[in-house]
Amino acid sequence: MSINILMPALSPTMTEGKLAKWHVKTGDDVKSGQVICEIETDKATMEVEAVDEGKIGQIVVPEGAEGVKVNAVIAILLEEGESALPAGAAPAPTSAPKSAPATAAPAPATPAAAPAPAMPAASAPPPKPAAAPSGGRIFASPLAKRIAAERGLDLSRIKGTGPNGRIVKADVEHAVPAAAPAPAPAARPAPAPAAPQSVFAAPGDKRVPHTSIRKVIARRMLESKQTVPHFYLTVELEIDALLAARQAVNTVAEKKGTKVSVNDMMIKACAKALRDHPECNASWTEDEMIQYGAVDISVAVATDRGLITPIVRSADLKGLGQIASEMKDLAARAKTGKLKLEEFQGGGFTISNLGMFGINSFAAIINPPQAMILAVGVGEERPVVRKGQVVVRNTMSCTLAVDHRVVDGAMGAQYLQTLRAYVEQPASMLL
Amino acid sequence: MAETSFDIIVVGGGPGGYVAAIRAAQLGLKTAVVEREHMGGICLNWGCIPTKALLRTSEIYGLIKRADAFGLSVKEVAYDAKKVVERSRKVANQLSNGVKGLMRKNKITVFDGTAKLAGTDGGQRKLAVAMNDKSNVTLTAKNVILATGARARQLPGLESDGKLVWTYKEAMVPPEFPKSLLVIGSGAIGIEFASFYRTMGAEVTVAEVLDRILPVEDEEVSAFAKRQFEKQGMKILTSATVGNLKKADDKVTVTISAGGKSQETTVDRVISAVGIVGNVEGIGLEGTKVKIDKTHIVIDEWGFTGEPGVYAIGDVAGPPWLAHKAMHEGVLVVEKIAGVKGVHPMNTANIPGCTYCQPQVASIGLTEAAAKAKGLQVKVGKFPFIGNGKAIALGEPEGFVKTVFDAKTGELLGAHMIGAEVTELIQGYSVAKTLETTEAELMATVFPHPTLSEMMHEAVLAAYGRTLHI
Repeated sequence: MSINILMPALSPTMTEGKLAKWHVKTGDDVKSGQVICEIETDKATMEVEAVDEGKIGQIVVPEGAEGVKVNAVIAILLEEGESALPAGAAPAPTSAPKSAPATAAPAPATPAAAPAPAMPAASAPPPKPAAAPSGGRIFASPLAKRIAAERGLDLSRIKGTGPNGRIVKADVEHAVPAAAPAPAPAARPAPAPAAPQSVFAAPGDKRVPHTSIRKVIARRMLESKQTVPHFYLTVELEIDALLAARQAVNTVAEKKGTKVSVNDMMIKACAKALRDHPECNASWTEDEMIQYGAVDISVAVATDRGLITPIVRSADLKGLGQIASEMKDLAARAKTGKLKLEEFQGGGFTISNLGMFGINSFAAIINPPQAMILAVGVGEERPVVRKGQVVVRNTMSCTLAVDHRVVDGAMGAQYLQTLRAYVEQPASMLL
Repeated sequence: MAETSFDIIVVGGGPGGYVAAIRAAQLGLKTAVVEREHMGGICLNWGCIPTKALLRTSEIYGLIKRADAFGLSVKEVAYDAKKVVERSRKVANQLSNGVKGLMRKNKITVFDGTAKLAGTDGGQRKLAVAMNDKSNVTLTAKNVILATGARARQLPGLESDGKLVWTYKEAMVPPEFPKSLLVIGSGAIGIEFASFYRTMGAEVTVAEVLDRILPVEDEEVSAFAKRQFEKQGMKILTSATVGNLKKADDKVTVTISAGGKSQETTVDRVISAVGIVGNVEGIGLEGTKVKIDKTHIVIDEWGFTGEPGVYAIGDVAGPPWLAHKAMHEGVLVVEKIAGVKGVHPMNTANIPGCTYCQPQVASIGLTEAAAKAKGLQVKVGKFPFIGNGKAIALGEPEGFVKTVFDAKTGELLGAHMIGAEVTELIQGYSVAKTLETTEAELMATVFPHPTLSEMMHEAVLAAYGRTLHI
């Protein structure tokens, strides 16, 4: 019995992905656990390991193929003793990779079985494989699909309990938009923007195909701005005490090989404040509010490939040293696309810091289904008035973007008050 | 000595029981059935099948009587009650023998006798079987499936006597057809006999205690059926109670109270069709954890009774009292016991029901009223037979197809049909419901022309204001 190797759903928002690289070729023996290919998903490049042992009988989806649907057959594994695909065995439903080069399109398993009609080779488009792979589809009942669409649920994240794992109505009804990044539950599907067909490329312009990560950023940010009612609260935080505390901490931390940044301290402060305001550590869903038990802080990291938000889990419970070393590791791996799924999936609050670019203040877009994002500006010496005197203080401007469906203005303001207390009296974070 | 130890023993060889046994055998389980009377149970021998044979006779008889409308001249049409009944019995026997053959083919051991739970022995259930040949055997099995079925309910004062007051059983094998008949109860059984005997020429009165006939059907279906039966000359009394039964030699006089008035009616025969009761007695349930609710064994969604190793399916396990429900339960319970992956509990909303009167009635899922009572917003579509070419050509322009959709999701909540051949049509909606299709897929389905099934399409279109042929 040959085994179909399927395109895995590596991320909750993933419905399709790019087959970035094959590590094996037809005829190779593979062991369970061996890396067989790399798949570029929403936000990272993932290595796919073989689950079963056997010999690669056929690579169905060629390297470089984009838009490979989740659950499409990407390769066929032969078990011990099998030397070739049984006659007539066509790859089970696979996706037609959208932009796979025609020459590398999956060949039908039995080319002789369905001879293509003779065509003038020069002018005809390349003949489609006889057994046109179709599908890679998620099996769901029409009713389940419709309810999922209405509720903004991603079918690829729902486990089907119907025949052969088909997603049925009950599965969709029981699915709660989870803490993991989901499409904003209340969102109506955004109208598809008309394809910009008339954009004329002048000589010298170049067309850059979207990467998976670019597409996800575009989709999610558009969705957020269109469906999440944002409002913004800005505060100017005095950070002299924070800087002093940082210096003190680092004299010890550096001996242990870590160095705590202002951003690390902001992670801790935001997390502590969220613990104090659980109503802000929440997500809107159509039926109810989801308040998260853990305080997980997503931190925006710029990479060559685009924005990604690795997560410091339970940041309210972690010491600054641990946050600093975790963040260093996460950021490094984010930049090389080696984050694991669970390391950027979820989170209840995001910090985006553009202070290093000298940005004074900015307003960030909420990362759905989270309810808040803090945009941190540069910390620098500024004149402030204290007791009637103009004095110099290190200050930092922070703008909180808030989902008004979850958090009202006063609640957001109170959260910032608490945050200010932690930042301006950093010793209180030790409590 | 025959084998007495099994993996599964099914008590009762009706449609639920014998199907459960076949599935168990298919799964490689050593299986036995204990049947006290005849394989195939009531369904094959005294229910679904022989009545369909009778109703086929009345259908043809009714058609011949209006042969002129089809351009045929038939001089004389008469029936021979004995032959009509003989044919029905022959059909039943043929199928009962067929079931015995299925048991042999699947190497299922059949014990002709009456079984009773008799405790356990080292994790094995014990069954004491009083064989029909007066011997006794003790059987053991890991699992026992009770499929003992049900019997006609008897109303105090209206008990059947086998002669003047009949249950379905006597009504199926009359020595001659009565000239006048009172049917008490207008569920599927009562209405089928009322329809049969009316078509064969009897004066038929139906008395229903509820305010409409075929009370489980959609209200519009009940109302339409009533009008049709009355057109055929049937007398229908709703919100009616029957009492004061007096028997003469070959006549019965009863008092029927309906609409505040009481009237005495004298008829040749009375058919009591006031529901059924589960066969829960004498099967050793005493002292077990098996619970009984209103003569039916209480089960969970997997047919489990709560008593280790004891399951129940079919009529004895509660409504709907339908052979196809029993069969489906039999399969799912056996698969669950055998550990088959992907077994699903039964969704009762997807069990169709059919009544083979003229006109036929078939339905599945929620009625319009039931859907509204659940607080659902509905879209309702209706299409009449008069708008369907095939119905006109058949000379069957009476009837309609009705659909009920959830206005929010497009889910097909229910479908209700009355008219010619609708019992053969309903499965289309059963498939649709089981696959959870919405109105979109039903609209996109190509129905063959000219068929009655086109009305099923039209009734969907009608729910969305898109019907084409009216």
